[in-house]
Amino acid sequence: MSIKEADRVLPVTAGESNATREKRSVVQPSRIKQYEPLVLGTVSVVLALTAWQLVANARIYSILFLPGPWDVAQAFVKLFQTDDIWLDIGTSGMEMGIGYGMAIGVGLVLGMLMGWYTRFQYALDPFVNFFYSTPRIVLIPLFILWWGIEMPPKIAVIFLGALFPIIINTMAGVRNTEAALLRVARSFGASDALIFRRVVLPGSVPFILTGFRLGIGHALTGVVVAELIAAKHGVGQIIAIAGQTFQTPKMLAGVILIACTGMLLTTILQRIENRFQTWRPQIR
Amino acid sequence: MYDRSAKLSAKGVVIEYWLQRSRTLFTAVQGVDLTVRPGELLAIVGPSGCGKTTFLNAVDGLIPIAGGNLTLDGREITRPGPDRAMVFQQPGLLPWRTVLGNVIFGVEAQGTMSKKESIARAKHQIELVGLAGFEDAYPLELSGGMQQRVNLARALLTDPEMLLLDEPFAALDAQTREMMQLELLKIWSQTRKTALFITHDIKEAIYLSDRVIVFTRRPGRVKDEVEIKLSRPRDLRVKRDPQFLTYEDRIWESIQEELAVPAERLIAGVPAA
Repeated sequence: MSIKEADRVLPVTAGESNATREKRSVVQPSRIKQYEPLVLGTVSVVLALTAWQLVANARIYSILFLPGPWDVAQAFVKLFQTDDIWLDIGTSGMEMGIGYGMAIGVGLVLGMLMGWYTRFQYALDPFVNFFYSTPRIVLIPLFILWWGIEMPPKIAVIFLGALFPIIINTMAGVRNTEAALLRVARSFGASDALIFRRVVLPGSVPFILTGFRLGIGHALTGVVVAELIAAKHGVGQIIAIAGQTFQTPKMLAGVILIACTGMLLTTILQRIENRFQTWRPQIR
Repeated sequence: MYDRSAKLSAKGVVIEYWLQRSRTLFTAVQGVDLTVRPGELLAIVGPSGCGKTTFLNAVDGLIPIAGGNLTLDGREITRPGPDRAMVFQQPGLLPWRTVLGNVIFGVEAQGTMSKKESIARAKHQIELVGLAGFEDAYPLELSGGMQQRVNLARALLTDPEMLLLDEPFAALDAQTREMMQLELLKIWSQTRKTALFITHDIKEAIYLSDRVIVFTRRPGRVKDEVEIKLSRPRDLRVKRDPQFLTYEDRIWESIQEELAVPAERLIAGVPAA
């Protein structure tokens, strides 16, 4: 069989529709290939860690300047042996939860309104563009002035950080509804409410989830930076204090905690995104 | 001209729209007079850009008419309604819904049928268009021809007084197109629903319809009308029938005249050196 022949999209026959959703290849698929991403990813990480450890072991620089992965791991374990860690994680988690939750609520509503009603978009665009181009973090001193060094200024920064990617993506999702689909719906006399619920909203889901995912990155940055500047508790506070007191391994342990949280949340959202895309044929 | 027994009646229909960027009023259709009789399959052909699709959109109620009179069963058409259903050139299927979900979308949008009933009837309709076994497939897994079958089933499920077809097979390959024409005739002959079929394919128009109307070039008007007296049921071989070819010649000539107009005008418009 020539490659050309195999590449041709084969006609679908009854009962076969599920099989066609799978990826196709010209050569017989090998079992190893399936694990390729996992294996290669792990190998590269292990190699990088080993290299880092070797350089650190040479102790050209002191542990203050370049701790090895092993030092960081030990610091990480020690971090979790203290009582305060859960208070710190709890505080940061709560700030994150409230700020990000509010961003989702407000962002979805504003994004949909701006996507659906052009005039609403015209009116709000200047504000969205202004705030999106401003690093919201620079507002922290002002928020601290307003609300002190407890949770509210952090929540505000997280909220503002996550809000705009969510607004912008939701709006783009609503706007990107295929004109052909709208025409079909109108032709069958669908009400605006039905068009929104059954056509616009489902079509926007991938965009909206992308907005959520981008928002997480902004929100996490917000937590850490806000706590770096002034806080009583929080993971960012751990990083700040460890950094200022030259406990570099502990500081990096805090960084890893944040990074892992980010990766975990992003992966969860990625999973949800995939769930909503079962109708898309696999392209990869 | 006005015929009381007509299903659809168009009298002096004018359709205009604004071109936003150049701020000019564009006349797409100027004074279309035609009637579609009950149970008739009428095809409209014309040079591309002649306003035939625009006219169909007006019949569907998607765009307003600027002048004249457009009635279905004596009632003026002002907006889309359950008495008409359109089969679109682009299938316009919701990619996240299965075949079944897409077929019921029309009645769902109209709100005229309970969900349970619509699903039961949709299954029957899917069988009728030859998609049995594909109820749970997603549109992106289907070929172009199969997507158009879903498009057709969605319109048929609403059980309209009149079926509007906007070049539904134009995007298909030649063989699939012929098969779909055959299938459409088979399905149509079971219901004999009044239908208005827009196409730029002369053979397709003759093969399917009882009458072919030729539009002039833009702004579109009715230029010619040809009664197709080929017996039904028609199989694809009828396309080689001498009578068929006579019709084809006549319609082709008619369209050629329209295409020739701009060239002559162009030459006439060149100032003598």
